[in-house]
Amino acid sequence: MSLEVIEVNGLATIQDSGRKGWRRFGVPKSGPMDLFAFRAANALAGNPSNFGVVEIGLGQITFRALQDCVIAVAGSGYKLAIYLWEFSLWNSFFVRGGWTIRFNKMDDGMWAYLAIAGGVQTRPVLGSRSTYLRGAFGGIKGRPLQAGDRLPTGKPLHALEQLAARTLPIEARPSYSDHPIIDIILGPQTKYFSDQSIETFLSSEYSISLTSDRMGYRLEGPALTHRSKTELLSEGITFGAIQVPASGQPIVMMADCPTTGGYPKIAAVTSADLSLLAQCVPNKSKIRFRETTIAKARKKYCKLMNSLESSILQPEQSEW
Amino acid sequence: MTFKTKIVPLGDAALLIQFGDEIDITINQGVHALAAILDASPIEGFIETVPAYGNLLLHYDPLILTYAKISKWVRAKLDQVEDAKLRRPRLIEVPVQYGGEYGVDLKFVANYHQLRVEDVIRLHSARTYTVYMMGFTPGFPYMGKLDDTIVTPRLETPRTHVPAGTVAIAGSQTGIYPIDSPGGWRLIGWTSLRLFDLEIESPSLFSPGDEVKFVAEK
Repeated sequence: MSLEVIEVNGLATIQDSGRKGWRRFGVPKSGPMDLFAFRAANALAGNPSNFGVVEIGLGQITFRALQDCVIAVAGSGYKLAIYLWEFSLWNSFFVRGGWTIRFNKMDDGMWAYLAIAGGVQTRPVLGSRSTYLRGAFGGIKGRPLQAGDRLPTGKPLHALEQLAARTLPIEARPSYSDHPIIDIILGPQTKYFSDQSIETFLSSEYSISLTSDRMGYRLEGPALTHRSKTELLSEGITFGAIQVPASGQPIVMMADCPTTGGYPKIAAVTSADLSLLAQCVPNKSKIRFRETTIAKARKKYCKLMNSLESSILQPEQSEW
Repeated sequence: MTFKTKIVPLGDAALLIQFGDEIDITINQGVHALAAILDASPIEGFIETVPAYGNLLLHYDPLILTYAKISKWVRAKLDQVEDAKLRRPRLIEVPVQYGGEYGVDLKFVANYHQLRVEDVIRLHSARTYTVYMMGFTPGFPYMGKLDDTIVTPRLETPRTHVPAGTVAIAGSQTGIYPIDSPGGWRLIGWTSLRLFDLEIESPSLFSPGDEVKFVAEK
């Protein structure tokens, strides 16, 4: 036990890289909304890329360190206050037992990740520590964190002094923006839409509805029209798939999305750009979509993910 | 059995192997046969598959696999589907209390088809159904096909709360709600079986491909 939740008025859940092998039974993958920031937090804390972290969204949260530890934070939409000092995300910190760690909400993003050296070690459910709120399992009793929760943590894999004061420079992060251009792969059901609708989708600006959550981001913008049928037989869907129900307003499937769906999918967001979309703010961010190819998308994703570890600056290299 | 299949991408980390786009037992058996073949000899970067009525969704890790490589691997495996012997399906009997507190739409379904309630019960429990696929919520089995005389459209506006264990029909499908959830299907009964239980080693009562028989309780 090295962290206690003191106060929370947002949505904080335990997440790791998600469940594998259960989607055929209708159990969602879950996992982080911003996979890159999740991995960055773990990397900065010296953890393997799949360790449990706290995902923080929608409001403030304050922790107290119960013992000396190293934490790392990444993501967007938050500033950090440790004891008396303010910091920005994308850094690791040595924290004395007794100090408070407060995440203050900013309006430039949605989700922050708090990793602790050694990882959050709650009991895995179906092979994962990820919290699945709708199914009420994973994390701590399948629910968001509450004041008084104590997070079980593992033994750090390195000496704390080797892990503290590391940073991931801005060049190595996704280009978060409040007016991002999001790469998509068209299909697989483009034939359900008129040519005009595909043109509209690729040339219009969309915002995100306030009714969005970890399951899906509802887009608001010009309506898309179906050629004839507005439903198909249910089939597998995935994080990033863009379903268009009869209303014509697209819904992007997010981390907690169901495993199957029955609306035609006009496109899917690329793995590299899911982080950009996840950090878009409802009623604020202006989004445009751009068609890309699978090969280009893969190249961008591999570059982003594979350079993460090597881009981390150690204290003597950074400004500390 | 020969299938005309098509492989199409869903984004850059999944692909669909399409067998057909109707509720058909032969098509669906092809989907399950391919899922079993892929699971039996996975390659690095293969994550998992999700069978549906007429296609199989395959999730893969694009950091490890290119689309060309994974689709080539799938195509090679598709050649084995024709000769594949399907596992003999498990038959699961599901006791149902038709009507009553949970089966609130049973009378509607009878009236809709100008049948007696007993006829609906008899027709629903006469057939052995196949679990074509699972989805919606953990443990939810999509089963079919219903006798044509009780095919009923879903609700126009879904209910916000359907209790766990409720047996329902929609179109030519029948299903059971495993956990309390919203739902737009017509509710005709209730079973005491637990469909999704994390306390046991195999939490899901059903697996895709299982056979199911409803048994009316007095």
